[in-house]
Amino acid sequence: MRKVAIYGKGGIGKSTTTQNTVAGLAELEKKVMVVGCDPKADSTRLLLGGLAQKSVLDTLREEGEDVDLDDVRKTGFSDTLCVESGGPEPGVGCAGRGIITSINLLESLGAYDSKENLDYVFYDVLGDVVCGGFAMPIREGKAQEIYIVVSGEMMAMYAANNICKGIKRYSDGGGVRLGGLICNSRKVDNEEEMIDAFAKKLGTQMIYFLPRDNMVQRAEIHRKTVIDYDPESDMAGHYRSLAKSIDQNDMFVTPKPMHTDDLEKILMDYGLFG
Amino acid sequence: MSSRKSYVMPPVDREEFVRDVCSVYPNKVAKKRLKHIVIKDGSDNLEIEANVRTVPGIITQRGCCYAGCKGVVIGPIGDMVHIVHGPIGCSFYAWNTRRNLFKPREDGANYMNYCFSTDMQDSDVIFGGEKKLRQAIQEACDIFKPKAISVHATCPVGLIGDDIQAVAREMTEKTGILVMAFNCEGYKGVSQSGGHHIANNKLFEHVVGKDDSNVVDDKFVVNILGEYNIGGDAWEIERVFARCGIRIISTFSGDGSIDEMRQSHQANLNLVMCHRSINYMAEMMETAFGIPWMKVNFIGVKAMAKSMRKIAKYFDDPDLSRTVEAVILEEEKEAENLIDEYRKRLEGKTAMLFVGGSRAHHYQELFKDLGMETTVAGFEFAHRDDYEGRQVIPVLKPDADSRNIEEIKVSSDSERYRPRLDQHKLETLKSEQLLNHYEGMMEDMNQGSMIIDDVSHEELEQLILKFKPDMVCAGIKDKYIIEKFGVPSKQLHNYDYSGPYAGFRGAVNFARDVDMMIHNPAWKMIKAPWDIEPTLNAETVA
Repeated sequence: MRKVAIYGKGGIGKSTTTQNTVAGLAELEKKVMVVGCDPKADSTRLLLGGLAQKSVLDTLREEGEDVDLDDVRKTGFSDTLCVESGGPEPGVGCAGRGIITSINLLESLGAYDSKENLDYVFYDVLGDVVCGGFAMPIREGKAQEIYIVVSGEMMAMYAANNICKGIKRYSDGGGVRLGGLICNSRKVDNEEEMIDAFAKKLGTQMIYFLPRDNMVQRAEIHRKTVIDYDPESDMAGHYRSLAKSIDQNDMFVTPKPMHTDDLEKILMDYGLFG
Repeated sequence: MSSRKSYVMPPVDREEFVRDVCSVYPNKVAKKRLKHIVIKDGSDNLEIEANVRTVPGIITQRGCCYAGCKGVVIGPIGDMVHIVHGPIGCSFYAWNTRRNLFKPREDGANYMNYCFSTDMQDSDVIFGGEKKLRQAIQEACDIFKPKAISVHATCPVGLIGDDIQAVAREMTEKTGILVMAFNCEGYKGVSQSGGHHIANNKLFEHVVGKDDSNVVDDKFVVNILGEYNIGGDAWEIERVFARCGIRIISTFSGDGSIDEMRQSHQANLNLVMCHRSINYMAEMMETAFGIPWMKVNFIGVKAMAKSMRKIAKYFDDPDLSRTVEAVILEEEKEAENLIDEYRKRLEGKTAMLFVGGSRAHHYQELFKDLGMETTVAGFEFAHRDDYEGRQVIPVLKPDADSRNIEEIKVSSDSERYRPRLDQHKLETLKSEQLLNHYEGMMEDMNQGSMIIDDVSHEELEQLILKFKPDMVCAGIKDKYIIEKFGVPSKQLHNYDYSGPYAGFRGAVNFARDVDMMIHNPAWKMIKAPWDIEPTLNAETVA
């Protein structure tokens, strides 16, 4: 079983990319579980055809300790297994602690057992690694490989660099490695070259460049992944290729986070005069 | 009384001792610790480092901010409900451990023996604990209908950001019962000292001066601040005051009543016992209501008499002075007669004191009454002014930790401010150091004695081994370590089930207890058999 976590700046398209990639892997007959680690609990919407999931933490709160795996795990597109960790309302409590509790519960319920025959677990994690709780999926060997969704926008690259710091911190103890950057295009100047250079500086690769396509938006409105909504479209092809790249990836590194000055230099070199 | 015997001063070079004890530390730590250790050598303006963070890894005596707020200042108020918002450990281990005694007043309200907690669970941390807190406050109101409720935040509450102030405001409005929320998360500040300050501020804002219904027009009315009625101390002080005709409106906060605190702005003098934990209140009450304050020490026969005379001097009334002198004469004689028997056996013995922010000073007076000398003393959480005197306050710089504590602006209360003395008299008494003065602990200590701030276990062990004190007074964390060295230890945070120790009769109790502890034959029997002779015999085989 490969354990994969997807990180990236808020709004960069982590959940969309994760679910479309998972759909691509499912087509390759891989057995995949998606664990949404976002209090909004919207990481499995496209696979389930809507926000149909009751979150682990809500269930835990209502049912007490008496929770079954089936209470918190639903089957979505092409037999993918979907779990939402859930969490508090904005502004109260501790979402980070929620993720820790929820992943521990999934473990004790046997969600990762070998009898589940999982090929992949995907953790879709909210925004930056703001505290220990959001780093949970990369600690203690929970996820082994990380992909960071990024674009050529400056703040997305800053966030990616910060996430690399988090990965580096845990890479010695937990064995977590960076598998690559997924560029989700925002159509900024020289985007592909810039992210490619950025990836190399971090000691990793740009594993795929996803072009910007309104098809993604259309599929989302229909609560579907692109592969599900329009399997023949170009974008569906791109997601299949991304899934294949991840499936065949063998480049796993401890990233070398950059100093802010170096990061800004890349932006100067590539981002201007495109 | 028997004549003064010469003290058994251990022949230890103090400077060498300090060098040796710090040599076990890494250089940087040794450099820091050296600033916390002072030998009183006759030089002027001795400086000591205090109220700074303990070096991580050092076993410290200190407690946390929550301990200072709930455990020390607010907890002893017996006619209100104290709710601890947090996981259960913080509630349970702070439950009556300081033995702050309370006698219910006429209305019978007494919540002293209860332990109220929100018992926070994992899911409360994740989803926020405000709902549970609201529920706890509501339950307390429904079941007990108390006059007031305090809410104390523990560490997790601060981390997840529960807005306990908003909940307190909301529940005060909803129930009509005053709910005070204290953001005294344990990790705030460097010791329990921050918690005292937080407690003082809120108590002043919400309680003091809020009730004018019961007009007090006696002349000799005082409040006692920083007296926590451990083992009944406050009652012994009260007894003597009553004999002298001095009325106590309110004691902060031992045997404390919220109703009495509300009326405390009518006193004509504030008496400060524990300078560290409550000097904030004394200053705020002076600014707002015009009540002068005076540092006193009611621990020890001579100290008690001295403090009573200071009070009489302040009120400057011939009748009061006469009564006070008559009471002192009688009480002093009675106490000293009773102490004499113990003193014969205790004379010349030595003690060390590592406790509090004032107690390590106060108890030196009591040991003097017993003919004992305090060779080494230090506070856990005091500031430099408690060691060196209040004159250093202007040069103390606020650091990042103290900035973490809310500063409140206090101005004079337009309706309730009333000067107690004319300006000239007030200034005279201040310049005579009768008012607003604390000389600190160091001044009262003998030449050659040592002062150690925030003593570490390593230092404590070395002190015991080298100086061989006959007794060490400290707290629960140290007591059994000390006793394993064969040296009796008295906890001054709770008196080990005994007391009172304050006032004239308290001093007699203390003398009896110290005599009993030091002369307990058990100390001669604590050597392990293998330390006396080998328990294994073997022969060398060639």
